[in-house]
Amino acid sequence: MREATVRRADLRFRLGLNLRSVVGRAYPRVIGANREPSWLIFEVFLPLLGIAAYVFIYQAFYQAQAAAICPSPCTPTPAQLLALHQAGQNLNALVATVVLGGTMVAFWLNVLWSMASQLYWEKEIGNLQLYMMAPMNRMALLGGMAIGGMFMTSVRALSTLVAGIVVFGVIFSVANPFLLLAVFFVTLIALYGMGMMFASLYLLWGREAWNLSALMEEPIFFSSGMYFPAGGLFSIPTWGPAVAIAGSIVPATFGLDALRQLTLPGTAPLPLLPPVTELEILLVLAVVFLVLARYTLAYLETLAKREGKLTSRHQ
Amino acid sequence: MPYAVETRDLTRIFAGKRHWLRKPDPEEVERGVGPTTALGGVTVQIPEGELFGLLGPNGAGKTTLIKILCTLLLPTSGEAFVAGHDVTKDVFPIRQRIGMVSGGETTGYGLLTARENIWMFSQFYGVPSKVAKERIDGLMKVFGLWDRRDAKVRTLSTGQRQKMNMVRGFATDPDILFLDEPTLGLDVNAARIIRDYVMKWLKENKGKTVLLTTHYMAEADEMCDRIAIIDNGKILACDTPENLKRTARMDTTFQLEVDALRNTDGFTAIPGVKNFSSKNDIGKNMTHLTFILDGEAPVADILSRIMSQGSKVHSLQKSEPTLEDVFIRMVGRGFE
Ligand SMILES: Nc1ncnc2c1ncn2[C@@H]1O[C@H](COP(=O)(O)OP(=O)(O)O)[C@@H](O)[C@H]1O
Ligand SMILES: [Mg+2]
Repeated sequence: MREATVRRADLRFRLGLNLRSVVGRAYPRVIGANREPSWLIFEVFLPLLGIAAYVFIYQAFYQAQAAAICPSPCTPTPAQLLALHQAGQNLNALVATVVLGGTMVAFWLNVLWSMASQLYWEKEIGNLQLYMMAPMNRMALLGGMAIGGMFMTSVRALSTLVAGIVVFGVIFSVANPFLLLAVFFVTLIALYGMGMMFASLYLLWGREAWNLSALMEEPIFFSSGMYFPAGGLFSIPTWGPAVAIAGSIVPATFGLDALRQLTLPGTAPLPLLPPVTELEILLVLAVVFLVLARYTLAYLETLAKREGKLTSRHQ
Repeated sequence: MPYAVETRDLTRIFAGKRHWLRKPDPEEVERGVGPTTALGGVTVQIPEGELFGLLGPNGAGKTTLIKILCTLLLPTSGEAFVAGHDVTKDVFPIRQRIGMVSGGETTGYGLLTARENIWMFSQFYGVPSKVAKERIDGLMKVFGLWDRRDAKVRTLSTGQRQKMNMVRGFATDPDILFLDEPTLGLDVNAARIIRDYVMKWLKENKGKTVLLTTHYMAEADEMCDRIAIIDNGKILACDTPENLKRTARMDTTFQLEVDALRNTDGFTAIPGVKNFSSKNDIGKNMTHLTFILDGEAPVADILSRIMSQGSKVHSLQKSEPTLEDVFIRMVGRGFE
């Protein structure tokens, strides 16, 4: 290190610095995703159990329905055959809805526990102060966390999806792969943008943040319709629509609904809005969350520096 | 030439927090729930190239000062400049030029290897990967970490972990390095390697500056060009180790080991006693006393005062002045 490092501050250098920072911060997540195979059990097998519970219920309904259409011993007439086919398609659509939802749960959990509460945890182990005293932009830090999290979780979600297709024999059909990919990525950006915003909000809090994440987990499973079509909420009188509308602030709701419509053309149960409209809403949400994250973090960083809460006091 | 670090009347007060829903925790009550003055008007000037030591007991305000200089904490009042830039306004050029390593750090990710962890942190400073990897490899060899380079961080021992943290601190080639009790809790060998490298680095690289905090006297004495003694958020003295000890040499220092004393009041009333500190060794049921005296005359009075309590004197010895004696003379207590 005989040669002194030249200190540059031009735009080009800053761009490079922040790109490196994104890659650096994403690295442990990308690597961590595969370094220890135990994740296969926790991240693929356990979600399948959650999905299975709902699948069994829907299958039981189907059995009852089939028995009503054609009591055993069944030698179906053409009309009964048509009705049975219809019921079978409904079952497939419901099971597919659950498998897709159960897959997206992975992203929601990742956003809650590895984005929103992440900075609290980093503060406790002492990483946060090293991040905050580095010259990188704060959005590069959050962006690296998000991209790493998306990658890691995508690997897991894909494994869950494949396992779900194999185990439950679901049939998806994709008519418009480009729109599907667009919806998927914009949903992720909006979802992780929300995670970035919460991460910033939590900068000042300690355990409270952790508790809030725990508090948000289940209600959002519910209001976003992870295990049933969110449109079903509208058929509940009085509070149903209110929950559905409030829940749709979470990008998972419209994202999931659009993904279901695009993979189950014509058969997706109780859709909310046309997928393209949902994509537009998701785009707006993504931009809003990212902008909010940027300004919340800048504001709360200053506040935390003033109150002495940016670092754990035992460091 | 601007100073590497300069503060003017730097003050930091922590508001004693009281949540309306929460009972104050006992630790806070003990400290007096009200606000704490962690720094009460600190003025220091550290020229480029210096190894400057901040020596003080726990809670003196050392870490608070470092956090302000590292742009992690805002001062309540006063000013601080690092590399000529104001820590409250111009953070980018400061952040580019500084590094910090604290003792007992548990930073990094357990799943990553030591090398990967250091590389990750170097990316936040924009160090090109190839340069970073070369530096890291070189430094790992220097710190004796080479054969552990691909070990996962969670399998490292405390000493290895701290060596890794030091490599991280140097890998970004900072101009100003803050070391907050870097050898805290380390074995002699690991501490030796760290101290030696810091001194070597300063000698071989012109224009680098180190601000080291410690509560180990010998460490400050051995390493630092100048030392500021800090207690309760105030700088009590600031000079070279030699000059500080010279002041102490004008006094006479005595160490005594006596049966456990219940009452240590009244020693300062004896003429010629400038100050003293006492430390109880509960295991041996003894009290260790250090007296800073003006000549040897007061010794007789001290001894009779101890014996009047029925306590036996086990040893009495005149000693060379250390930095700790400087501290005892100024504040009337020892360090630990
Ligand atoms: N975040 C904080 N909130 C409240 N008090 C603090 C905080 N950080 C430090 N203090 C208090 O400020 C004083 C100085 O602490 P510190 O700078 O950590 O001392 P040192 O590093 O010399 O041991 C102590 O009394 C400590 O309890
Ligand atoms: Mg400290």
